[in-house]
Amino acid sequence: MPHVVVACSSCRAFTGDVTTFDVEAATVREMIRELERRYPGFGEHIERKMAIAIDGEIHQDALFEPLRAESEVYLIPKIGGG
Amino acid sequence: MSDVLERPASSAPLDDGRLKIVGTRPIRPDGVDKVTGRALYGADLAMPGMLVGKVLRSPHPHARIVSIDTRKARALPGVKAIITGADFPELADEEYEAGESASNLRDLALNVMARDKALYNGHALAAVAATSSAVADEALSLIEVVYEVLPHVVAVEAAMADDAPVLHDKLFTGGLKEKPTKASNIAKRNEIKRGDLAAGFAEADVIFESRYDTAATHQGYIEPHACVASMASDGQCQVWSSSQGQFMIRTYCAKVLDIDASSIRVTPAEIGGGFGGKTTVYLEPLALALSRQSGAPVKMVMTRDEVFRASGPTSASVMTVRLGAKADGTLTAADVELKFQAGAFPGSPVGAASMTALACYDIPNFSIVGYDVVTNTPKVAAYRAPGAPISAFGVESAMDDLALTLGMDPIALREKNAVHDGTKASYGPTFRNIGYAETLEAIRSHPHYSAPLGPNQGRGVAVGFWFNVGGESTAAVNIAEDGTAMVITGNPDIGGSRASMAMMAAEVLGLPIEKVRPIVADTASIGFSMLTGGSRTTFAVGMAVTQAAQKIVEDLKRRAALLMDVSVDQVDWIYGAAVCTDVSKGKADLSLADLAAKSGQTGGPIGSQISLNAQGAGPGFGVHVCDVEVDPETGHVTILRYTAAQDVGKAIHPSYVEGQIQGGVAQGVGWALNEEYVFDTGGVMENAGFLDYRVPVASDLPMIDTVMVEVANPRHPFGAKGVGEVPIVPPLAAVANAVRGAIGKRMTSLPLSPPKIRAAIDAG
Repeated sequence: MPHVVVACSSCRAFTGDVTTFDVEAATVREMIRELERRYPGFGEHIERKMAIAIDGEIHQDALFEPLRAESEVYLIPKIGGG
Repeated sequence: MSDVLERPASSAPLDDGRLKIVGTRPIRPDGVDKVTGRALYGADLAMPGMLVGKVLRSPHPHARIVSIDTRKARALPGVKAIITGADFPELADEEYEAGESASNLRDLALNVMARDKALYNGHALAAVAATSSAVADEALSLIEVVYEVLPHVVAVEAAMADDAPVLHDKLFTGGLKEKPTKASNIAKRNEIKRGDLAAGFAEADVIFESRYDTAATHQGYIEPHACVASMASDGQCQVWSSSQGQFMIRTYCAKVLDIDASSIRVTPAEIGGGFGGKTTVYLEPLALALSRQSGAPVKMVMTRDEVFRASGPTSASVMTVRLGAKADGTLTAADVELKFQAGAFPGSPVGAASMTALACYDIPNFSIVGYDVVTNTPKVAAYRAPGAPISAFGVESAMDDLALTLGMDPIALREKNAVHDGTKASYGPTFRNIGYAETLEAIRSHPHYSAPLGPNQGRGVAVGFWFNVGGESTAAVNIAEDGTAMVITGNPDIGGSRASMAMMAAEVLGLPIEKVRPIVADTASIGFSMLTGGSRTTFAVGMAVTQAAQKIVEDLKRRAALLMDVSVDQVDWIYGAAVCTDVSKGKADLSLADLAAKSGQTGGPIGSQISLNAQGAGPGFGVHVCDVEVDPETGHVTILRYTAAQDVGKAIHPSYVEGQIQGGVAQGVGWALNEEYVFDTGGVMENAGFLDYRVPVASDLPMIDTVMVEVANPRHPFGAKGVGEVPIVPPLAAVANAVRGAIGKRMTSLPLSPPKIRAAIDAG
């Protein structure tokens, strides 16, 4: 199942010292729902504030991006620019 | 001068070696208007009955607003409207996505117009609309404000002190395990870490540590903020504005004034520079509110003084960097602390600075801690690769000293620790399709790197990284009856996007570039696009343009099949014409003009629109080398030679890519050598003008050589990566490292102004 890693401190307000998760999910939305179930409020935080790097490729606002069983998923702050 | 260094095999889907237009250098479609003065910028529009709007700004950096009395000003003949914070709705303390990332709406509105407190010298307190500039000025002088002046704080570390004046009573430091009980100017603490820091340093043969600081600098766009706004009696609004995103203007105005977004039509003016500083609103909501009250259109144009005092610079900072390495140069540990000035409201780019600080390096053990700190200074705004140049200044200066300590070539040290495809980035994800190693090699093998140096001269190397982003984008392509094409997008053209959009469409359609006209449309004439920023436009909007053109090609093939009486799978599109692949049928080719002429018989007008949320923007890396000469008598630094290499994916229009790289270097050189906000003890900026705040001009710079390394991004149809932000990341450190070489001393405080250099030389 996809392996999810939290890479920033803002997420730890929800997950405490837990920074890695194995989540049964076929899409980003399923992953977010499962993390919301485990840590109430975390899902909304992810949707609003986090970008999602799937196998090295950064996605923003991509709820329906597919996840593979062996996907490496990093939650990182959303990125803007100048 | 420029070189293009290509990987032999490109993985870009449409780059099959037969590109006719992408990669060439056609003249810019907006060039004639700009060089002849016909292009309309924010201040150029005039409307019948238009009023002049001006802003009353706080003379104090921190003060409670006891009262604002506008009665005398209202009685002045010619004054048509006066607004204060009371004319705006109270907004919730919540974040809302509009530009590229979320903004706190309450903070945004309070920055546009203060309510209870003025938080920086220059903070807007009231605005007037009058029949002339002179009347507006007199009206401002008649507004009576009673202040309770409060203690202020400007420097970032002073603002972090326990006894510092607190700007916001309800601001509690975020990012801590437990919510603090006391309000603080430290808005947020963020941390990124990996491995075992203590073990990493214990493993090191050499440890280098230093402290660095940088001054606040402004984006320095030549065109001040300017707009014209009109609200009709039925509530329908029009705004003409110079910004990095007409949709961003629409959204923020709608939120700040609590009106429907569909009631606001924003037409983008040409933009005379933005560099991130025009990714928010300052004047537009004020002009609309003044127009609502007066019933007339209102024009507002900031003076240069206002631009400096009231629009976003980037952060001043204080950093510490500690690096550990083995004797062979292998990095074993890094400990980075970043303290960033946010200005009056939270939101410095310290998060991005943290994520980029070590992104070029593969280090097993590290900690990066950042602090976002509010101060009584203008709220910072994005500035090209926000935060990255600052943290790169600290890390790349430390890397240079580490190379000296180890007796290693600075590029060799960076190569030894470089990230590659498959390396886990310091901010988390695994890198794919990056061209960093090739970019390092491009500089190592460049003649510049081995050229001899003279007395008082030094050479500096530095590297830099930026993520680049994609995002929501819309593009339309319409075919005219003569077979020419229009490409319509919703992004202001800042770095040449009109040209690149037209080129990508022309490539797919098979039209000469002269037959494709790019248009930047208003918010009512094209679907939503995120603003022009984050190095996203050529990548993301280009993806929409390409798909829109591809959709047209499919439609053209269908129409051609009808006219040829063949099945659609027997029609191919080759260089602008439908070709029947079954030569036995003897069908003549049909050009786009042929098909456009018969569009009425084959289904009606030819056009398409694509809206998408582009993902997969490839990250960019830059490697710069700079030669300087320092005058030991005056401390003046002359940039002798500068070469910048960058992984650009695929240069759609190489001249524009070179221009982006050269522009980033020029701004970075200014940041390194001259530019800084200077505040007096009363918290007032002392150098709010281009005479005293000195940006580099052409005579300050040599020709900046560029090397475009093309490692294709497989997610873009032509392999493009963002290019606009990476080039401002390395120059601060590249210049500082060159000065280190020239004078034999490390300068850790930017800017490297002549007095500082003289002081360092004099110290012996």
